[in-house]
Parts: sequence; structure tokens; C-alpha cells
Amino acid sequence: MSEVPKEIKKISDFEWELPTSYKKGMNVPARIIANESLLKGMDKGVFDQVTNIACLPGIQKNAFCMPDGHWGYGFPIGGVAAFDVNEGIISPGGIGFDINCGMRLITTNLSYKEVKPQLKKLVDHLFLTVPSGVGCKGFLKLNNQQFDDIMLGGVKWCVENGYGVESDMWNTEGYGCIEQADVEKVSDRARKRGISQLGTLGSGNHYLEIQLAKSVNVFDSDVAKKFGIIGDDQVVIMVHCGSRGFGHQVATDYLKVFDKSMDKFGIKINDRELACAPFNSDEGQDYYKAMACASNMAFANRQVITHRIREAFSKVFSKSQEQMDMNLVYDVAHNIAKVEEHKIEGKMKKVVVHRKGATRAFPPKHKELCPKYRPVGQPVILGGSMETGSHLLVGTQKAMDVTFGSTAHGSGRTMSRTKAKKEFQGKELQERMMKKGIYVRSSSMQGLAEEAGKAYKNINSVVDVLNEYGIAKKVVGFNPIGNVKGHASLSYLSLLPFFALLFVLLMNLVV
Amino acid sequence: MPKIKSRRNPKIVKKKNIGLIIMRSHKFLEDVAIADVAFEAKGGNLNEVFEACGDATFETIADLKTIGDIETYNYAAESENIEDLLYEFLEEIVYLKDTESLIFKKCEVKISGDYNIKAKFIGEKIDREKQTLNTDVKAVTMHMFSLKKENDEYMATVVLDI
Repeated sequence: MSEVPKEIKKISDFEWELPTSYKKGMNVPARIIANESLLKGMDKGVFDQVTNIACLPGIQKNAFCMPDGHWGYGFPIGGVAAFDVNEGIISPGGIGFDINCGMRLITTNLSYKEVKPQLKKLVDHLFLTVPSGVGCKGFLKLNNQQFDDIMLGGVKWCVENGYGVESDMWNTEGYGCIEQADVEKVSDRARKRGISQLGTLGSGNHYLEIQLAKSVNVFDSDVAKKFGIIGDDQVVIMVHCGSRGFGHQVATDYLKVFDKSMDKFGIKINDRELACAPFNSDEGQDYYKAMACASNMAFANRQVITHRIREAFSKVFSKSQEQMDMNLVYDVAHNIAKVEEHKIEGKMKKVVVHRKGATRAFPPKHKELCPKYRPVGQPVILGGSMETGSHLLVGTQKAMDVTFGSTAHGSGRTMSRTKAKKEFQGKELQERMMKKGIYVRSSSMQGLAEEAGKAYKNINSVVDVLNEYGIAKKVVGFNPIGNVKGHASLSYLSLLPFFALLFVLLMNLVV
Repeated sequence: MPKIKSRRNPKIVKKKNIGLIIMRSHKFLEDVAIADVAFEAKGGNLNEVFEACGDATFETIADLKTIGDIETYNYAAESENIEDLLYEFLEEIVYLKDTESLIFKKCEVKISGDYNIKAKFIGEKIDREKQTLNTDVKAVTMHMFSLKKENDEYMATVVLDI
């Protein structure tokens, strides 16, 4: 049953508005970008949460939700909002626990024909060299000084220490570093959680995937070429992960700080997960600087993983990374807050743009883009579910004009993990994928079941909405052939007989 | 007859008087957190409801049958209110997984005063060869986070970000 509120107003085929009269305290209308079918599929949380954002102090223009939106903490996943730097707030709930969770795309000049015979070996090797799953640790043993340098330098540290090439830095959002990082604003607990995790995928929906660019899925060959994609069954690699326990702890630490300090600032919120502080306050600035540390660690994490991927390919195919043209197309964050300039009511204004499950999508000529991409616009990477494929798009002026230079981030879940676990079996899914020619290694069968394609929205509908509405343009679609997933095990269902037996035993004891 | 929804340690059951047994149970909620794990935990007193929350968190991280009980971690904390104390307690489990590589199969909790906790976490170091690991918990969220007393029962709702 559709949970769309009756107050929603259709603005166009792709824009739906909840006016300020919808909820007490809304400062601006909330806008949902979707077609009618995606809108109807959205859960109630989206409408509650996007209108909660609209109540926050200093919000500009509209609170947005992207077409892949679903319920989240505080902001919905797919939430975008910009706040005035002087009168607005910053909120961990608008960024997510996994600070700078993001996507990365790496090209090769290998074709499917070359990779296919080695696919299993390659995936197995990647599974070993890029650690994933519960409590996984990276191959680097860092001391505190090195970890400080990573928090401050991001990708730059990696390049300087032999874990990447200079072009990797150019091809990362914001050159792989937020300069405002300040290590003093990071707790010891966060540091301790993060220091051993560089170069690890983690678990949940994080993955490393080998994909194919088929010529039929190249939608804009000129732009694709600029991004290094030619089609012809070209093999590429996509990585999805973030700042690991380090970012989670930074978010947790400041959620607690903000939870306690809101009274002082006289801020009222509709949901504890929206705890926030004025951007200009000490608390707000401290969080921003700590968030920058976590963001830089996440950029570095994906960079170190890229280094390991290059090594694995070199080993399996006995070629150097240069021989295989293993170039980074781009690295984008989709859980982050950035200080950016946007045109609001005709004037350029500095705002704190929160993107949570939303990707930056800057247009051609934007000054923050590296020279290589300035003529065409910023690459936008959308990860799909394991079964449906992923997409590369490009940023547009429309995104800049309407959604603060933002677009969707992926396909978005439609089913809870607990439910997916009941509906699907990891082993069966793995076999089904195998039949489709996709080889999956997961540290957990249960985790695999939770990530079944049917638990997600159809990414193609999401991408079509972005493309037709114009807040990103389709460039290439990719099909997965190999996947490394961060997980580990048995379905809870398989434990049922055990519980039943225990229950009977206990009852006997009691009686 | 009281409802028992989850496993309990039979040894404890034996020692206790029937009138005290009820309690400590948890169940996972299907439709609360789409991307994550939500659970409801119950206990006849504060100690039990904390332990039940611990159980649910341990079970989210790994298959408890595969975890040994060779390490004991002693935890103590205090907080201004009982909900914050529960939040800190659960957060410690997540923290120990990442920093000490420790995962647990059970815990013993003692709450006293306004509001102090002493707890024993029993488990062992992560060992992929031996244990069946499930899902990495990122954080304890404040979404729907609550600990209430209803009639003679304590009930907590917790959503874990994973």
C-alpha cells in the first residue's frame, strides 16, 4: 500500500512537493525527485524524515530526497539539504554513521575474454588481499603519527607513501582531502577503532566488484571515452566502502555531544537522530573538523584498497598496472557535508551541503573539477545491487541549479535485512549468480542473503529518472561478473530447530 | 506460563526460583530499520534487560554457538540516566570488536545506584577459521532508542546501524 501523504503536490513528472503547511515548523517545502512509481514505492519514513529536515534552522530553498530514497537515521537515505553557514546547522544525521562512504571506479584495458578464465582466481585473490567482514584489519601497521597524517592528508598521504599515483588524487572528489581536518577534534576511541582498519572493506552493503562495460550499455560514447571507458566487454572495478569504525565512532561521539548541547542552542528537533549544532558554534566546528578527518581516512581507505586491487591484477595477469591501464575514473563520496557555493535566489551563497546517500554531481566548467573533467562534468558513480548492475553518469547544470549539485547514490533498499534473510538463502543466491556468470565470494552467507537484488529498488528506474529529469546524464551501464562482499554465515532460520529444542529442554527443567 | 522467546543459560535457570525466571529475551524486528537491524529486548529487572540487549547485539555480530568463553572483559561505567547507560554499554561491545578484536557470547550485568554498571563480557578474540561471523555492527543508533518499565517488565528497543 502506498504511504504517500495526500498533501503531496505534483510539480512535474519528476518533482513532488510537501508544502510547509504539511508539518508544523517547516521552514521550506520538501521536494522528492521521483517518477510516480518510485514515489509510490517509498516508505513512510521518507516523507516523515524529509519534512523533519525542512524544519532545521538555516535550511535553504528545499529539503530534497533523491529517487533512491528510503528511511534512514535523521535524514532519509537520499537526503540532500543546504544550510546557511552563519545561521544554519550541521548534523551527523545528515551525513550518516559511515562518514564519506563512497564509490570508486577503476578501468582496465582487459576484455572479458582475457579475464574469464582467471575470474575465480582473481576474485579469490582479491578476497584475501582486501580484508572484509566483522572486525577485519588492514595490512598496514600504522603508528599514531601516520594515522594523523592520513586524517590530514587523505589520498595525498597514500600517493606520497607509494599506495597510488598522482592522477589518483586528481580524480578524487575534492582531490581526496578536506583541508579543515583537525586531529585534535577526534576522540581516542575513534582513533583506536580506525588505526588498524585502513585498506579494509568492512561489511554490510560494502563490496568490491569486477564489472563489464558492454558496448550496448555505452549511452554517451564521447563522455565515456573521456572517462576511459570504451565498451567492447571492457573489464572495470567498482569499490563501495567508507571510513569504517573510525567514522562510525566520530559520528557516535558527536551525536552524543549534540544530543546534550541542543537545549543550550534552543534548537528543537523532531527526531533524536537529527541532533545538530549551529555550524558556526564550537560544537558544530569541532564536528565538521572531525568529520573531515573521517572523510580523509575514507578517501585514503579506498585508495589503499585500489593499490591492493592493482597488485592483485598484476599478480594474476602477470602485467604491470600501467600495461593494464588501471586508471582511477573517479572517487565520489555519498555520505558527507561540504562547504560549497550555490546560487540561491539569484545570489551566490556559502552553504553547508549535506549529502546522505546522495552524490555530488558538478556540471561541466565547475571550478572545483580537475582540468581533465572540466569540459565534460564530474563522473557520478551509482552502485546497484549485486544482481542488477551499476552505472556511471555525469554531473549537469540542472543538478547545480536545482539540487545543490547533487544526485542519487545507488538503488536503495526496499526490504529490511531481517526480512531479506528470511526470504532468501545466501547459498542459493550464490548459485543463482554463478549460473548468471557472476562469481561471488562473501565472508558470510547470511550477509549475502541480506544483499539479494530483490531487497533493492531497480537501479535502472532510478537512473532513468535522473537522466530524464536531468540531474545527471547516463554514460555507461555495467554488469557484474565477480564480487567480493564483506560478510560472514548461517541464516537465523537454520537456528530455529536449536531454539525449539532448547525451549523444550527449558520447559522440562522448569516443570 | 511465562513466554520464553530466546535461549537462556540452563545453569542459571536451575539456580533460580521459578518466580524469578521469566525474563531476558529478545526478538529481531522485521520492518523497523530497512537497512539495518532492530530488536526488542525484555527483562524482569534492569540487569536482565541489559543482558538481553547484549545477547541480541552479540547474535547480530556472530553465531554464538561458535564462540568460546575463554576471555572475560570487565566493564564499568556510570551515566546520568539509565537510557544513556544502556547506550554506552552497547557501544562498548561495538568498540571492543574493532579495537580488541573481541566478540562475545554472553554477559553478566549488575546495575546499581543512579546509574552505575559493572559488567562481564565473556567471549574470545575473532578467529575466522573457527567462528561464524555475521554482520559488522557500525554503531548503536538513537533511533527509537528506549528503555521502559511496563508492569513488571523492562523493555528496550534498539536499532543497530550495520
